[in-house]
Amino acid sequence: MTVTAVPGVVTRPTPRLRRLEDERWLALALLMPTAILLGLFIAYPFFEGVLLALTSQRVGVPGGFVGLQNFVKIWNDSIFRTAVWNTFWYTAVTTVFKLGLGLWLAMLLNRHFKGKALVRAFILLPFIIPTVLSTFAWKWMFDPTFSVINWALFHMGFITQRINWLGDPDLAMTSIIVVNIWRGVPFFAISLLAGLQTISPELNEAAAIDGARPWNRFWYVTWPLLLPVTMVVMLFSVIQTFADFQLVYVMTGGGPANATQLFATYAYQLGIGTGLLSEGAAISLAMFPFLFLIVVVQLLYIRRVETR
Amino acid sequence: MIEGAVWRKWVFYNIPLILFVFVLLFPFYWMIITSFRPDGELYRPWNAVNYNPFWTNNPTFEHIEYLFEETNFGRWMLNTMFIAVVSTLISLFCGVLAGYALARLNFPWAGSLGTMIFITYLVPQTLLFIPLAQIIRNFELGDTPWSLILTYPTFLIPFCTWLMMGYFKAIPKELEECARIDGASRWKAMVYIIIPCAVPGILSAGIIAFTLSWNEFIYALVFLSSPDQKTVPVGVTSELIRGDVFFWGPLMAGALLGSIPVAVVYSFFVEHYVSGLTGSVKG
Repeated sequence: MTVTAVPGVVTRPTPRLRRLEDERWLALALLMPTAILLGLFIAYPFFEGVLLALTSQRVGVPGGFVGLQNFVKIWNDSIFRTAVWNTFWYTAVTTVFKLGLGLWLAMLLNRHFKGKALVRAFILLPFIIPTVLSTFAWKWMFDPTFSVINWALFHMGFITQRINWLGDPDLAMTSIIVVNIWRGVPFFAISLLAGLQTISPELNEAAAIDGARPWNRFWYVTWPLLLPVTMVVMLFSVIQTFADFQLVYVMTGGGPANATQLFATYAYQLGIGTGLLSEGAAISLAMFPFLFLIVVVQLLYIRRVETR
Repeated sequence: MIEGAVWRKWVFYNIPLILFVFVLLFPFYWMIITSFRPDGELYRPWNAVNYNPFWTNNPTFEHIEYLFEETNFGRWMLNTMFIAVVSTLISLFCGVLAGYALARLNFPWAGSLGTMIFITYLVPQTLLFIPLAQIIRNFELGDTPWSLILTYPTFLIPFCTWLMMGYFKAIPKELEECARIDGASRWKAMVYIIIPCAVPGILSAGIIAFTLSWNEFIYALVFLSSPDQKTVPVGVTSELIRGDVFFWGPLMAGALLGSIPVAVVYSFFVEHYVSGLTGSVKG
């Protein structure tokens, strides 16, 4: 390391710890491990991924530069188009339900009752238990022959025929949406509950004294104050859902007939399953502009809400 | 709260809450009951007569025995534990240092570096897994725990950094200044004064990082190939399904046992977990 002539620092060989007295050097030293790991395993693969998507590489075949051919190819691929549509539908529907149900659950929890801490601890379980493992429980519950849901519906008299939850294209999409909502609601509920608890109850009481109905109290008092937290929670959830893989991989593997294929599952199927590395990389990267747009729009919106 | 008649409380609060709790927890109950139910009871059609799916009078350990005798389940648990612990420690180390630098030091680019960390926080694993698999192979890390130990920090460090920044910002500047006036160097003030104050934050970040690495799937699926090296989620997925045949008993037993370490850690530190989770969305 060379000693640079920074104004205010005497340019003589100083012991290493002395140099850390300078905030800039200390910051550099503290950020170094993070920069190395993130550079090596995020920036570098991103760069490599872009290069890979521009070649015709497969497993065992090095392949040459082909320009944007892979992107043209997936653009004309009907399965890719299905996957894009599915991803948007999956993300939109689950987000609306997660927000609605999460908010409802948060309001139910935002009061004093016996065993509140226990209930709160238990309802977070779907979020913390490894997704693959809990999804297997759902897959077993949706089993075509041994489904407990079919059993319950049958005994309550709703159905006489079995329902093939994961075998029918429309139902399969609904089923994975249900599981995603189940997994995501606790996160929304707990985060929104934390947001609700920062809102002073006096505001609501004042509005009640002024004669505001419950719905108006929610819409004009609670909701605007909750909006900043809601936006951040939505940002995380939308990105995770948009790029979801494990849940669909376990439930349907993208089937039946690509009815539940998402960006990530299709990229995996082509890139790893079939060995078309460059095409798989191109499909993964095709998520990037959408993710980027979501992040930018939401960050701008959050900034606007916060500075209001 | 505005109180009303008792029936209103039940209709508007208690019954919906009970339904929520039931739906959110039922899959876990189903997992448990399936793990201890003999095969003869498991594979009875949904419309069979005299069939009670919610209870069994003949609990069995055969599925758990199968897991340990016929598969490498014990090995998978140890692998996952090792990978989760080491990658959590690496991420905490990096995240605490970086969080301190970004929250408390003045240096050029501090703001944009913070934004960059936030952006990497939002990069999903599915965006980069194919090029990353090639890089892992080029570094000759494929099929070793190190392929995961070194890549998991890519999503754990941004999270830890972000969370720690919040905690460090909340510690008053005067505390550090006092130590400096008493003659401590910046480094010593950080290590002996500020970081000990942030221990609750470090604990929260560590617990969430541990559960996140236990939960990770696609990297483990792509980077590991031999049965010995697998983590629990990947091992259960690839070794307990043969073709179209699902071994539901062992599968559910594996899902149950594989969830226990996470559930135990969580149950000890619920408050830290919740405060970390809500701290991470405060932004």
